[in-house]
Amino acid sequence: MQFFGSSDISPSPTVPTASGNNAHMMYVFNRNGVCLLYREWNRPLRTLDAQQDQKLMFGLLFSLKSLTAKMDPTTAEKGNLGVPQLPGQGCSFHSFRTNTYKLSFMETPSGIKLILVTHPRTGDLREPLKYIYNLYVEYVAKNPLYTPGTPIRCELFNTSLDQYVRSIA
Amino acid sequence: MAPVAPRSGDAIFANVERVNAELFTLTYGAIVRQLLTDLEEVEEVNKQLDQMGYNIGIRLIDEFLAKSNVSRCVDFKETAEVIAKVGFKMFLGVTASVTNWDADGTCCSIVLEDNPLVDFVELPDTCQGLYYCNILSGVIRGALEMVSMKTEVTWLRDMLRGDDAFELQVKLLKQVPEEYPYKDDE
Repeated sequence: MQFFGSSDISPSPTVPTASGNNAHMMYVFNRNGVCLLYREWNRPLRTLDAQQDQKLMFGLLFSLKSLTAKMDPTTAEKGNLGVPQLPGQGCSFHSFRTNTYKLSFMETPSGIKLILVTHPRTGDLREPLKYIYNLYVEYVAKNPLYTPGTPIRCELFNTSLDQYVRSIA
Repeated sequence: MAPVAPRSGDAIFANVERVNAELFTLTYGAIVRQLLTDLEEVEEVNKQLDQMGYNIGIRLIDEFLAKSNVSRCVDFKETAEVIAKVGFKMFLGVTASVTNWDADGTCCSIVLEDNPLVDFVELPDTCQGLYYCNILSGVIRGALEMVSMKTEVTWLRDMLRGDDAFELQVKLLKQVPEEYPYKDDE
């Protein structure tokens, strides 16, 4: 699907040969929808301004999560679609794949959402996302100069994140 | 299936970085002492300790979740057990027990027999109203608030006041559901 012109982007991208070029971007949100971090490594096509883009991403995840919980065939107790759930209630998805990218998602009970967008052929990233959460704890949550709930400006976190993402994707 | 929450914090405790217990105890003592000097009123010190604990709790929850692999906190009963068995072990090196559940399962007591914060401490007559460990109640309140449980945490027993154990009452006020944070017109 191409909505925004620019026909030079092929629908199924070739696998990058150089390692470390597989990750496109990463988002970190908190429960209030504040984008704590947006990190971009490889994103040739940009269609929205940063704020709209982040809001759209958050909205997508929020709706998708309530849809997946609603469609769950294994549990009887689920509210109506759109009815707020308690954190951790209901099932959730951990990734989806299109022909051009894969989005991996992790949410913690404290409401931190980690989103990593990579090449569609990347494997299971649940463990790597947990590792990134640990990086967040070490470099952000434990940083006394960081105010919880504000965008992350910790060089050390960014550096170690870049390094780690290069090693996995 | 979500991974099962750990039953005890021993394994995690063995793997986290630790500091010398005396250094920890004395540092905490120095903070309380300084607060007493600065704020003068014992009531104010209680409040300040609770606030400091709260600020710690809202950060500490992420470390707790990351290291303990707990992936859901929906059930309050289960949550209280995990705090007592895993949380206290992980951060203070001691284990607490959970008792005195009320009929609706929204209020319980966390009992600490052993509390590293109070080694070497005796309350002088001038500080009788002080809840020396009030930082702990703040930590629990802050951490639970981050997993959408609004609670009220109060001290029922305090060894520094002559009781035989430390007892914290944790009362669940409400669980806040996830809501879409943006308004439609934004």
